[in-house]
Amino acid sequence: MGKLNLDWNVVKKARNHAKNIAINVQQFIDQHTTISIERTICRMIGIDGIDEYGVPLPNVVVDHVKEKGNIGLGVCYYLGNAMIETGLTPEEIALKVASNELDLTKCQKNDNFEIRLALEPFVKKNLAFIQSNKRKREQTQKQYGEKDGPEIYVIVATGNIYEDVTQAVAAAKQGADIIAVIRSTGQSLLDYVPYGLTTEGFGGTYATQANFRKMREALDEVGAQLGRYIKLVNYASGLCMPEISAMGALERLDVMLNDSLYGILFRDINMKRTFIDQYFSRLINAYAGIIINTGEDNYLTTSDAIEEAHTVLASQFINEQFALLACLPEKLQGLGHAFEINPDIENGFLYEIAQAQMAREIFPNAPLKYMPPTKFKTGNIFKGHIQDALFNMTTVLTNQKIHLLGMMTEAIHTPYMSDRALAIENAHYIFKTMKDISNEIEFKTGGVIEKRSNEVLDKANQLLKQIEKIGMFEALERGVFAGIKRMQNGGKGLENVFKKERTYFNLILDLMLEELREG
Amino acid sequence: MDLKKIKPYGDTINDGKVQISFTLPVPNSEKGEVCAKELAMKMGVYDPLVVHRESLEKNFSFYIIYGSLMHSVDFTKIHVETVETNHMDMKEIEQYIEENIKREIVVIGASTGSDAHTVGIDAIMNMKGYAGHYGLERYKGIQAYNLGSQVENEVFVQKAIELNADVLLVSQTVTQKDIHLQNLTNLIELLEAEGIRDQVIVICGGPRITHELAKELGYDAGFGTKKYAEDVAAFFVCELENRNLVNKDRR
Repeated sequence: MGKLNLDWNVVKKARNHAKNIAINVQQFIDQHTTISIERTICRMIGIDGIDEYGVPLPNVVVDHVKEKGNIGLGVCYYLGNAMIETGLTPEEIALKVASNELDLTKCQKNDNFEIRLALEPFVKKNLAFIQSNKRKREQTQKQYGEKDGPEIYVIVATGNIYEDVTQAVAAAKQGADIIAVIRSTGQSLLDYVPYGLTTEGFGGTYATQANFRKMREALDEVGAQLGRYIKLVNYASGLCMPEISAMGALERLDVMLNDSLYGILFRDINMKRTFIDQYFSRLINAYAGIIINTGEDNYLTTSDAIEEAHTVLASQFINEQFALLACLPEKLQGLGHAFEINPDIENGFLYEIAQAQMAREIFPNAPLKYMPPTKFKTGNIFKGHIQDALFNMTTVLTNQKIHLLGMMTEAIHTPYMSDRALAIENAHYIFKTMKDISNEIEFKTGGVIEKRSNEVLDKANQLLKQIEKIGMFEALERGVFAGIKRMQNGGKGLENVFKKERTYFNLILDLMLEELREG
Repeated sequence: MDLKKIKPYGDTINDGKVQISFTLPVPNSEKGEVCAKELAMKMGVYDPLVVHRESLEKNFSFYIIYGSLMHSVDFTKIHVETVETNHMDMKEIEQYIEENIKREIVVIGASTGSDAHTVGIDAIMNMKGYAGHYGLERYKGIQAYNLGSQVENEVFVQKAIELNADVLLVSQTVTQKDIHLQNLTNLIELLEAEGIRDQVIVICGGPRITHELAKELGYDAGFGTKKYAEDVAAFFVCELENRNLVNKDRR
């Protein structure tokens, strides 16, 4: 295969640099935990609900340990120990902590082996439930048959989960395969996950477990009518990254935005915090069979799509290696890229094809996430519709998989029902009329497209080599991605990163890893 | 042509031709079509022609209509408030700073509140700029700090004080239910509460921002689409002089 005559030797080198970069960071990751990882553990042991002030119980328990004990020992230790002492379930313990009837740090110490044994049935019950979700997804997809060709991904963003359901069901009927519920802006910086069904968000709807469930039910129902499995997407990013992955695993989401760098660059979340969180988060996604999407497309909305194309590729290589370390197979790696070249540039479309085809060939088994033009959408909806058409053509020419539909009203408002319908119509038309075109065309040897892709590959390899040399943390301090500089000890959330004590354990991680490694 | 009675133009002066499209929350049907036509007539469109209708969902249908607008507007009576500055390019602005301001101007910018879009503020501030117009970071004589998106107003004001900023740029791109207006108003209130409103130049920008709206909300200027870094900079360098802020106390 291969239409671009890529230099596979350079690909191999680049991959190797990325691997070393990731392994280096992984050593740091393995020595630390974070407040959100500990809260995720609570959730996966079965602690849910809120206290009388509306604070989620996982926050109550972990804050209690942080204040009175040593998080470096892990919340598993405190909870399991209290279970032995009190004979209560984790949830009952959480309620007693919330009402100040129980101090986890004052319980008599039991043996770590005994503690693990006490926790195991609760953890295993939830892990088994996640496995049953995974099987249900696989069975339904098998029953309906998996879609051949690009999957149409649209967003809903009304702020109100009930209205979102109306919009999502309509979109599914119009032909959408994947529905993403955009989160309320600002949620990534909340240090807790809101609770219950919500009707007031800005520019999106809060990611809550109840909202996940509500949308899942609606999509299952409309999917059954249509004979298609409709995938549901949310965002495991921000300060609660792994918690959202856990909620997604429990409510059978299918795709999670889960980037190793996005939060650092675009939300100014501390890099150490993000790397540690993304590992556990991705492990959960791997365990639940959830496709992750990465956010490289964002580099191009901030920087120039031609000059910075190699940073996208470099980041994809890094995201791939972090994903592999978290046991995510290639088929679950929805690496991101975007169609963001200035439409005024001569041959810009050729460069788009070059970059898209290059990503396709370098990551042949990844369900690539391809993002539509946004930066050069002007408000001229008529031109915007054509820009989206060119984007749709690039997808079908280069076999992209997760195809985010462009909206002609981009940069005007969150999509109306008709915007979405017209966008789906546009994509359907192009995907049908050009269905097998990629089998029919080859690119000219030594032509613009071939040259361009090799040039981007070369530059990406150079960049990765440099990052390997100085290390990931230093590279981020120098602003190699999207021109954004982030300090190792700057950004949000560093105060809640903790070094693991010698006896620290995370039973969920241990059990998931065991199963994932056995395959 | 009568400037006192301006109407939309299709292919003949005063034919009033317009196109309209919208969705109705009813099934796609003859009844829906009549409903769409009647709505068009209520908008002041005569001879409305529904050129296309289709079903979006069981209970939603989409219409495209052409027709002639009966209304007209007196063009001679229109008054628009625009930002009044002499046009300068980057070189001229740099020279202006060197000759008249004689110190570095500190500019901070952000997409504030819940807005996650950085396209606007990046276009004005980033080195690269937008569509061939370099951003403020490239200007000699300007220290530009782009704080990015979703910056809370409180944080933004704090940063302004910390950096002793001369100019505050606020970008609002995509909004919902007019939250951007609330957010913009809130920033001015905070600046007033801190007692620094009159020591800084506050400018907002975005696709829904007009100069008039900006003034109404208490800003010094507002810039909509098709405005670039030099338009913004030309305004604030002159305004610094006009408002006597050139020699303000440099803490």
